[in-house]
Amino acid sequence: MANITETIQTVPLNHYILLSAIIFSIGVIGVLIRRNAIVVFMSVELMLNAVNLLLTAFSVYKGDASGQVFVFFVMALAAAEVAVGLAIIVMIYRNTHSTDINVLSRLKW
Amino acid sequence: MNNYLWLIPLLPLAGFIINGLGRNALPKNLIGAIGSLVILVAFGLSVEAFLQVQSTGHPIEVNIFTWIKVGNFTVPFAFLVDQLSAIMLLIITGVGFLIHLYSIGYMHDDAGFGKFFAYLNLFVFFMLLLVMGSNYVVMFIGWEGVGLCSYLLIGFWFTNADYADAAKKAFVMNRIGDLGFLIAIFLMIHYFDSVSFNEVFAKVPGLHGAKVTHVLTLITMLLFVGATGKSAQIPLFTWLPDAMAGPTPVSALIHAATMVTAGIYMIARSHVMFDLAPFTTNIVAIIGLATAVFAALIALTQTDIKKVLAYSTVSQLGYMFLGLGVGAYTGSFFHVITHAFFKALLFLGAGSVIHAVSGEQDMRKMGGLYKKLPITFWTMLMGTIAISGIPPFSGFFSKDEILAHTYQYSPIMYYIGVITAMFTSFYMFRMLFLTFFGKFRGTHEQEHHLHESPATITIPLIVLAILSVFGGALNIPAILGGHEWLAHWLTPLFGEAKEGGHEGGIPEMGLMAISVGAAVIALVYAYIKYISKADIPVADTEERPLLTALSYHKFYIDELYDTIIRKPLDAISVFFYKVVDKMGIDGLVNGLGSGTVESSKGLRLLQTGNVGFYIFMMVIGIIAVLVYSLKF
Amino acid sequence: MSTFYFIAFLSIFFSLLVIFAKNPVHSVLYLILTFFTFTIHYVLLNAQFLAVVNFIVYMGAIMVLFLFVMMLLNLNKDAEPGKHYLVKLAGVIAGGCLLVTLVGTLKLTAKSDPVILQNANLGLVKNLGKVLFNEFLLPFEISSVLLLSAMVGAVLLAKKEQRATV
Repeated sequence: MANITETIQTVPLNHYILLSAIIFSIGVIGVLIRRNAIVVFMSVELMLNAVNLLLTAFSVYKGDASGQVFVFFVMALAAAEVAVGLAIIVMIYRNTHSTDINVLSRLKW
Repeated sequence: MNNYLWLIPLLPLAGFIINGLGRNALPKNLIGAIGSLVILVAFGLSVEAFLQVQSTGHPIEVNIFTWIKVGNFTVPFAFLVDQLSAIMLLIITGVGFLIHLYSIGYMHDDAGFGKFFAYLNLFVFFMLLLVMGSNYVVMFIGWEGVGLCSYLLIGFWFTNADYADAAKKAFVMNRIGDLGFLIAIFLMIHYFDSVSFNEVFAKVPGLHGAKVTHVLTLITMLLFVGATGKSAQIPLFTWLPDAMAGPTPVSALIHAATMVTAGIYMIARSHVMFDLAPFTTNIVAIIGLATAVFAALIALTQTDIKKVLAYSTVSQLGYMFLGLGVGAYTGSFFHVITHAFFKALLFLGAGSVIHAVSGEQDMRKMGGLYKKLPITFWTMLMGTIAISGIPPFSGFFSKDEILAHTYQYSPIMYYIGVITAMFTSFYMFRMLFLTFFGKFRGTHEQEHHLHESPATITIPLIVLAILSVFGGALNIPAILGGHEWLAHWLTPLFGEAKEGGHEGGIPEMGLMAISVGAAVIALVYAYIKYISKADIPVADTEERPLLTALSYHKFYIDELYDTIIRKPLDAISVFFYKVVDKMGIDGLVNGLGSGTVESSKGLRLLQTGNVGFYIFMMVIGIIAVLVYSLKF
Repeated sequence: MSTFYFIAFLSIFFSLLVIFAKNPVHSVLYLILTFFTFTIHYVLLNAQFLAVVNFIVYMGAIMVLFLFVMMLLNLNKDAEPGKHYLVKLAGVIAGGCLLVTLVGTLKLTAKSDPVILQNANLGLVKNLGKVLFNEFLLPFEISSVLLLSAMVGAVLLAKKEQRATV
């Protein structure tokens, strides 16, 4: 236990921020360049996790447990979101036989 | 003791409400009885008020309630009965009662009988408010109210478009004058902090500096503008002849005896201010004289019996304003009284004639009526002599008093006045001769129906004829052995100084002789022209000599107003309607709408429905927000 | 210390693979690996409860759900027509810009102090449980409603429409 905690003693908070920002941006890029709805969904999960990590890092940095509780709520929300989102994708696939998000432009009119 | 005063205007109002609500339910006899009785009772109360003023010598003032109170400024709803308004009360209720009585006979077959009496009662109510108000605001209510009733009654037969137009014309012209009156009231509030007669007049001498003349001139000019509208003076006189579209009792009551004299009453009431504004009194005298001459010239050639009387009224009102302008307040007021008698008589007589010849108003189609309508003829003869200024009938005394003061003021104006009196005599006898002498020129059927009017019509005629004959006794000048009762009566209001003027230095007897002589000459000329030569005015289709044509067509005043005022106004209105409103405002509003629609049609293409594009734009937006927060 | 950087490198590497893999099934597998590295991060921060939850909920439940759907829809081979490369380039540039501005913005506020664990018990189940059931009791209960409604919704959505067949 002591060893593990000591390993992070010298990691600056900046680096956590940087890591989270990078992974968040990767998620954004994924959303932008992919057309498969499921992959887009996964990119969203990436973004959520980047935020979770940052929240945890801040929580430890400040010594406040609220941040970690918040992460817990985000996870609960993500679970709900994934359940509903995937159900919607299944519905769409059933109707269009595709998971291409561009097909959704048909919803326009 | 003073508590009965509020009953005087309240009774006609009650009559209006009862007759107005029950106009279709109540029998005609009852409506006529209610309408006349309320006026009769009001007349009795007016006599009581008159006697009270006479015995105490003090005005009666009654505060009914406080109407408007803003800071130090209050407008009480209060009545004031002094020597001036007491006489006005007597005229309004007295002559008003006779005319109501007359209307029972005159309007008997009209479908709007109840409505007519309701309007008449309402008119009397407002007229009483006008003269009884103890401040300008209450007076203004009456002022507006009589204008409204005038409108309603001129347009009484509103199914005829011409009559309705005449009513509108009267209303609009009155509004112009009313605006002047209203602004004058505002100015009084501004400078005197009060609208009550007593307070305003008390504060007038207290004004200081060079401002005093300007302020008073402005206020008095605006009041005079109000008076020109109501009392049909140049330039706002053209509505009165058209107002003859109303039933004849209306012409007699509103447009001869009472409402049109409201302007004179108002100026006489405000004489304290007018005395200190010589510029305005000059204008009043000039306008009055000009109106008198001008209207008399038009009256010379009119063929419609009521039009002759209408222009005659305008002319006589001009005389009254002339009197006001030259400072003969008593004379003017005297003329108001006598004029109320004889002009009401003449109108009612004309109404009787019209009644007899089945609604014909053109004198070219009358003639020879004196045998068939003896009472009407004799009473109208009295009225004609009275208005022509032949002694000892009432018109002579009142007109002479005005003329005597005018001579003192300016001999030139006096001579113009005498010439006008000559015209008056001429056109009045012309009317009388054309109507009652010679041969009947109407259709056979009309001749067959000729008949003397019923008693309800003739009794008022007789009473008014008696008043016209002896009304002059109110103020017989000292030089003829009279004791100038009216002048003494009004002394508390107008003061001695102005009235005592014509004692020395004026050849009063000579002046009287001149004016009587002029009237008689005109009479004789009219006799020769219309009885000896039996001359009849030509039909409309035939050519007339230039001057006659000018007069017959009323000097084209209506057309002139039409060209210089109405048409430019119309043009401006059309411009505002078509360019400013249609293109400017509507264009802006519609432009905003269609602009939104059009730009939406363009922007709509951005909404491709492509989710990727949306997300891309969202990211760009977030970047923009972040950059913004980073930089600032 | 070097452990953190190594794991961070792995996180970035696998997440890049997630979005650039052609086959969606591969993406899911890479995503599981990414989440595993996240779990390690939590362990390093001594957030033991979160590490466990992340491991169970994300890797165990959510990712299995993804795979399940993938197989259900038979999407194991890449049926994606692929976007135009210009669009991809624009997407990458936009993401890069976002990264730059994001880092810039966060740097303004954050400090570069090292992260020091003051309270070793902070991320333990006992401690978090106390916080959760004291301060955050109401949100916790409400989240249960959220999950319930999500469950109902998912079932309703994914169910075959009966009416269409009748």
